[in-house]
Amino acid sequence: MHAEIEKEIRQVINNKRRVLTNEADLASYSYDASFGVFPPDVVVQPTSTNEVVGIVKVANKHKTPIYPRGKGTSLSGGPLPVHGGIVLDFSKWTDTLIIEPDDLVAIVSPGVITADINKMANKFGLMYPPDPSSSHVSTIGGNLSENAGGPRGLKYGVTKDYVLGLEVVTADGEVIQTGGRTVKNVTGYDLTKLIVGSEGTLGIITKAILQLIPKPQSTGTLMVLFDDLFIAGKAISSILTGGILPSKLEIMDQASVVAVEQFDPLGLPTDIEALLLIELDGHPAAIEAEAKRVKEICLEIGAIKVKTAETKEEEAELWKARKLVSPAIVRKKPTKISEDATVPRSRIPEMFQRLKEIRDKYNIDLVVFGHAGDGNLHPNIIADKRNIEEMKRVEKAVEEIFKAALEMGGTLSGEHGIGMMKTPFMEMELGTTGLYMMKRIKEAWDPHNLLNPGKMFPDPGQRFALTNE
Amino acid sequence: MSKSYRLAYEETFACVQCGYCLPKCPTYETTGVETQSPRGRINLVKLLAEEKISIDSAASSIELCLGCRACETACPTNVQYGTILQSAKELITKEMPSSKMELLLLEKGLPNKKWQKAAGRGLEIAQKTGMVSLARKAGIMRVFPESIQAMESIAPMIKMPKKKERKYRVLPPIGKKTYTVGFFVGCIMDMMFSKINDDSMKLLQLAGYEVTLIEEQTCCGALLHHSGKKRETIALAKKNIAVFEKYDFDFIINSIGGCGAMLVEYPELFDEHSEWHSRAEKFALRCKDISVLLAESSLPFTKEIRKVVAYQPSCHLRHVQKVIDEPHQLIKKIPGIDYRTFEKQDMCCGSAGIYNVVHYNEAMEVLDQKMTHIEKVEPDIIVTSNPGCHLQMKLGVEREGKTEKIKVVHIVELLAEACEIY
Ligand SMILES: Cc1cc2nc3c(=O)[nH]c(=O)nc-3n(C[C@H](O)[C@H](O)[C@H](O)COP(=O)(O)OP(=O)(O)OC[C@H]3O[C@@H](n4cnc5c(N)ncnc54)[C@H](O)[C@@H]3O)c2cc1C
Ligand code: SF4
Ligand code: SF4
Repeated sequence: MHAEIEKEIRQVINNKRRVLTNEADLASYSYDASFGVFPPDVVVQPTSTNEVVGIVKVANKHKTPIYPRGKGTSLSGGPLPVHGGIVLDFSKWTDTLIIEPDDLVAIVSPGVITADINKMANKFGLMYPPDPSSSHVSTIGGNLSENAGGPRGLKYGVTKDYVLGLEVVTADGEVIQTGGRTVKNVTGYDLTKLIVGSEGTLGIITKAILQLIPKPQSTGTLMVLFDDLFIAGKAISSILTGGILPSKLEIMDQASVVAVEQFDPLGLPTDIEALLLIELDGHPAAIEAEAKRVKEICLEIGAIKVKTAETKEEEAELWKARKLVSPAIVRKKPTKISEDATVPRSRIPEMFQRLKEIRDKYNIDLVVFGHAGDGNLHPNIIADKRNIEEMKRVEKAVEEIFKAALEMGGTLSGEHGIGMMKTPFMEMELGTTGLYMMKRIKEAWDPHNLLNPGKMFPDPGQRFALTNE
Repeated sequence: MSKSYRLAYEETFACVQCGYCLPKCPTYETTGVETQSPRGRINLVKLLAEEKISIDSAASSIELCLGCRACETACPTNVQYGTILQSAKELITKEMPSSKMELLLLEKGLPNKKWQKAAGRGLEIAQKTGMVSLARKAGIMRVFPESIQAMESIAPMIKMPKKKERKYRVLPPIGKKTYTVGFFVGCIMDMMFSKINDDSMKLLQLAGYEVTLIEEQTCCGALLHHSGKKRETIALAKKNIAVFEKYDFDFIINSIGGCGAMLVEYPELFDEHSEWHSRAEKFALRCKDISVLLAESSLPFTKEIRKVVAYQPSCHLRHVQKVIDEPHQLIKKIPGIDYRTFEKQDMCCGSAGIYNVVHYNEAMEVLDQKMTHIEKVEPDIIVTSNPGCHLQMKLGVEREGKTEKIKVVHIVELLAEACEIY
């Protein structure tokens, strides 16, 4: 980077510890939880809106790109500085986490850890429902930008359903407020929802006002075993049409169960084709009645066994299996390609079938688990990124998984975002005009393409690639 | 880069860069920089192996790692961080000679009993005769680096075990004999806290174990190992394995989180199919922390201790030896105790071998964080399970100006008091 830019940045942030330029530091901000590796020219750790404004102005003057970053847990390459430039790391900006119980809102700085918001809300008998599995690491800024979801999405929705207002620094370095702190707000275009899920390409989030809800009194958990994957898929719709809305409804296929048992024997039967984990929440009496009903529905449709947790310990024990899937599957081979293709709920059984076919066709290690209740499956391919031939097969398989999802009326991403990984498929889902309209929004908000360039929109002729070959 | 040193390159691929380890890493917590996080360090080791970064660039991140291995416990994919770190340290030690102070302390000091005794006696006499306080008042200590001054101010009155008190011998069990155990005393531990070793053996007797103390044992090698000195560590390991092999103990017990961790990891020092590897494995399997054995037995608590107690787990006890519940259970069993957990309890206190001497400022940042969390529960007593942590917590209490209010003890001391062993 040229010295002039660095000098100006240091004028904006005159704290040496928050402007990083040495080789090791740049290498440390060159990755996220996905694949690419792109070192930035400088890493800046702002802790106030003024500092962000100052940095954006420097970037504007020199037409240097800026990449906002939370904790870098993105699975789609969201914060990667693909064209070099400035990484704006928000993880040190955690000073505001205020709960205003009477308004049922939380006001937070962008670097606040998501799970901390829920923890703080719990102290007031409230809850912040979005709970990505990474919530104890990822920042609220990153969650808002990716519109993160999680197991509770089935009943409570995703991040965008809990944002009332934002403070945003625009690409020209102006500060705007969107929305507010009321639950109802229909003044003008809904810029709040536009920014949420925009993956740092439209504006930089410097503050958020989030909606909280009363915390459910208690929870109950069931595990249901199936010897037929298709029937497991059908059971999902049957539970929901049976009048019950679980707070979580997760699925693990046989390969996931086997992997977990090999990793840490929990005593799960491995001759089944799938298991569902169901959490109910609410009043204890209601949970008891609903659990009974879920059991009936599942057995009627052909489940081989239903286990209901009697104590909190048993409940934790049942969820342990689901938590162990990720670590268990990477024991085989080191590289995990975690997709989140999502389909309408009625098509889950069919999607399972297609995934099996893709697995056999390309001879890949594929396991499926995920948030079955909302159709958000996580087909995970286990490979070794040093094996180029295998990675080429994986590339093809991933492409086919997306195609299958889209053919069934689904989407490329249920929660991990597009980032740089899925840009080549955008047109496949949105159509030429659909993508063009999005691009026009981007151009209007960020005419010089300074905010997180290289994300969401494909460069002409860009292909999906997991290798550099 | 020297090709003769093998970095643990393959091991780095187990990291899926999920970041789950970040909230558990003390140096990430204090610096807020990815470079000082486990994920960052693993990436740097990978880049080093690929020769994409210079040793100079990567060194400070590796050196500032406390080696507490909390990242391993947090990691969902079982990354072998200890192995990765160790390989990097060995490379750095070879390529960049360490500071003089570190060398002197490590190579000449620890493994040498005579030196230890001399140093110990010297300090003991100095303390007894008031030389130290005189020196302190006169400001003489100021010629030493701040770190040494700080350590000196909290070093306990050193009492060397006198030959006639500490006969190397067999201590019979009290009551019905359950198992025979060999006792491992450690070097710093036995120099600074020999009373804790004595109490440990008495507690084991009380719990029904036959305890044997053998003279031939030596330093565990942990501090040398952490400084990347593999050859010297192996020599000490072989000696310990060989001398304990001569006896047929059911267990080899110690009261030192850090040494215990080194002992159970002896097998990793040797090639997998070598004879020494299998001997080390047999040895390691028998090594246990004292709390594991005491938690299984029923100690006769005779005295009530009406105090608020906080427990600071030793990282190497918790994250390497995976002894997690036993110390809590033991403390809670003591009649009268009001046991309180605190935020980020399982995070390192910043002691980490000689880290707090070599990287004083960084260690104090970690310590100050720890103290803010501990003080919220207003303890009368802080319990530790390793001499390094013990001294560090004393320093922490002193830095807060609470020396009069908060006592720091080893878990063995607390148990001994409750069993009225003096
Ligand atoms: C093991 C694991 C489990 C996961 N589970 C889930 C899950 O259940 N559900 C889910 O949805 N995701 C999940 N994820 C993905 C990831 O955690 C989320 O996408 C998360 O929201 C990223 O947050 P972050 O703070 O790490 O942001 P980053 O990864 O650092 O950044 C994500 C995006 O946000 C942008 N950004 C960050 N901060 C700002 C800001 N202040 N203003 C504007 N843009 C900003 C970045 O430019 C980037 O595009 C998981 C990831 C891992 C590794
Ligand atoms: S060993 Fe401790 S200090 Fe080092 S990276 Fe792991 S958690 Fe951080
Ligand atoms: S938790 Fe494990 S896999 Fe995840 S980043 Fe840390 S070391 Fe890597």
